[in-house]
Amino acid sequence: MTLAEQYVAFMTIVRKEIKRYLRIWTQTLLPSAITMSLYFVIFGTLIGSRIGEMGGFTYMQFVVPGLIMMAIVTNSYSNVVSSFFGSKFNNSVEELLVSPTPNYVILLGYVVGGISRGILVAVVVTVVSLFFTHLHIHSYFVVVVIVLMTSTLFALAGFINAVYANNFDDISIIPTFVLTPLIYLGGVFYSMDLLPDFWAGVSRLNPLVYVVNAFRYGVLGVSDVSLPLAFGMIGMFTVLAFAFSMHLLNSGTRLRQ
Amino acid sequence: MARFIQARVFRETMIPALRIENLSKVYGNGFAALKGINLEVQQGDFFALLGPNGAGKSTTIGIICSLVAKTAGKVSVFDVDIDRDFAAAKKYIGIVPQEFNFNQFEQARDIVINQAGYYGLPRELAAQRAEKYLKALGIWDKRDVPSRMMSGGMKRRLMIARALVHEPKLLILDEPTAGVDIEMRRSMWDFLKKINAEGTTIILTTHYLEEAEALCRHIAIINKGEIVENSSIKSLLRRLKRETFVLDTVEEAPECVEIEGFVVRRTDSNTLEVEVEKGQYINQVFDELDRHGIHISSMRNRANRLEEMFVNLVEGAG
Repeated sequence: MTLAEQYVAFMTIVRKEIKRYLRIWTQTLLPSAITMSLYFVIFGTLIGSRIGEMGGFTYMQFVVPGLIMMAIVTNSYSNVVSSFFGSKFNNSVEELLVSPTPNYVILLGYVVGGISRGILVAVVVTVVSLFFTHLHIHSYFVVVVIVLMTSTLFALAGFINAVYANNFDDISIIPTFVLTPLIYLGGVFYSMDLLPDFWAGVSRLNPLVYVVNAFRYGVLGVSDVSLPLAFGMIGMFTVLAFAFSMHLLNSGTRLRQ
Repeated sequence: MARFIQARVFRETMIPALRIENLSKVYGNGFAALKGINLEVQQGDFFALLGPNGAGKSTTIGIICSLVAKTAGKVSVFDVDIDRDFAAAKKYIGIVPQEFNFNQFEQARDIVINQAGYYGLPRELAAQRAEKYLKALGIWDKRDVPSRMMSGGMKRRLMIARALVHEPKLLILDEPTAGVDIEMRRSMWDFLKKINAEGTTIILTTHYLEEAEALCRHIAIINKGEIVENSSIKSLLRRLKRETFVLDTVEEAPECVEIEGFVVRRTDSNTLEVEVEKGQYINQVFDELDRHGIHISSMRNRANRLEEMFVNLVEGAG
């Protein structure tokens, strides 16, 4: 395929993905807006007012970046895992496999679909958060780069999950039992400074700590971890996830007989 | 120059649409689905690949269109080796699988346009082609209907439209008329004959041997992973040793009818079955029946001729 043809194939997948999640917006976009509004009301307004400051900011301001990042992580992941597994389940993935579309274009198409949903939900959550607090962005560069890197990483993770999944239970196990606990323990609601040294050290093994803190740095200018380390960790995991996803596609694992 | 162009055109038309050499497939559980088959389908042919369930037909098709990884052997599509340039080979192929394999929530037109996109066709051209083929297959009025709302026959035609949207030179159909009513089957036959006449090479697997006989010029029969027959349908039928005819009688047929040299059975009060061996003439049967005062109102083959041949070959190989 020529590059122009590959671009057409790529845009076809992206357009299809966006159309899919917009068609079922009550399942894909609305839940995050409602859930995050509840977080803002409960943790930010009701409980947050009794907690006082954290990291030099009101508790509401402190949790907002983490909650936005939580929406990005879960939505970019779940978009790809549900869409790609769905196409495996109804065999429509064969439409792509029999076509000359290169594997990397297939992967990028799905990943960009996941990124777009992650960003769209992030915008919705950010707009909702403005009803509860005001935000000023410390570094637009860091915000944009970390949003793109994180949504890419978790869209890739969703793709890997979808390839290995055999049924619909398999696509909810990882988000429920791995992703959600890691997000909650990733410093969304608290600063690492509050933890005893041992648990603070253990927390640093959690990749979500770097994601949440790097984004918090972009928004508020404060972070519990070093920014270069955060970029390095997210970048490394993204490269590994991309390489592994390509290996799965090239070898036809769970896709070709 | 003219001679050079003529030679080139001649060479290109001599290239087979599909060439399979020593193709083998052994699945992970050790089952050998294909045991080194060889097959060649010429450009412009209407070719039937027949065989009982589990014979290896779908595995062969799966390998050609990359859904199944081969264990050994070589496959070339219009002289493009799939091991060297699968993307180029895939552009020549349109595939209509046995099972519905599209997103049932998507609209028919979107399914066809998206497939065109996967082949790199710009959106505008894709939309034109989708309209062309959805109209040709009589489902244009269902273009905005979610595909799950379509009948089985419409879904089959949707898969044909999808397979044709990039205008492949080789169309492979795996059981295209399974579960389709007679009227729709006939209209699909007419459509397939038309695109074959326009130059598209067609390979068809089917369980309806009447369909293969009506449409195809060449045939391969695969059984237990091996090709047991590969020839033109005409030459295959010439080898048919015996045919059984069903005769409907005007008057009630007697309990016992004996005609020298023929096996005659009475299946009900007004029906006789006669076996006619190769070299015998059915006129003899009519003469004898006439002599007995039995008049025939109609006559048909008991089974499709190809079906009799198929059973002989497959059972013979087994």
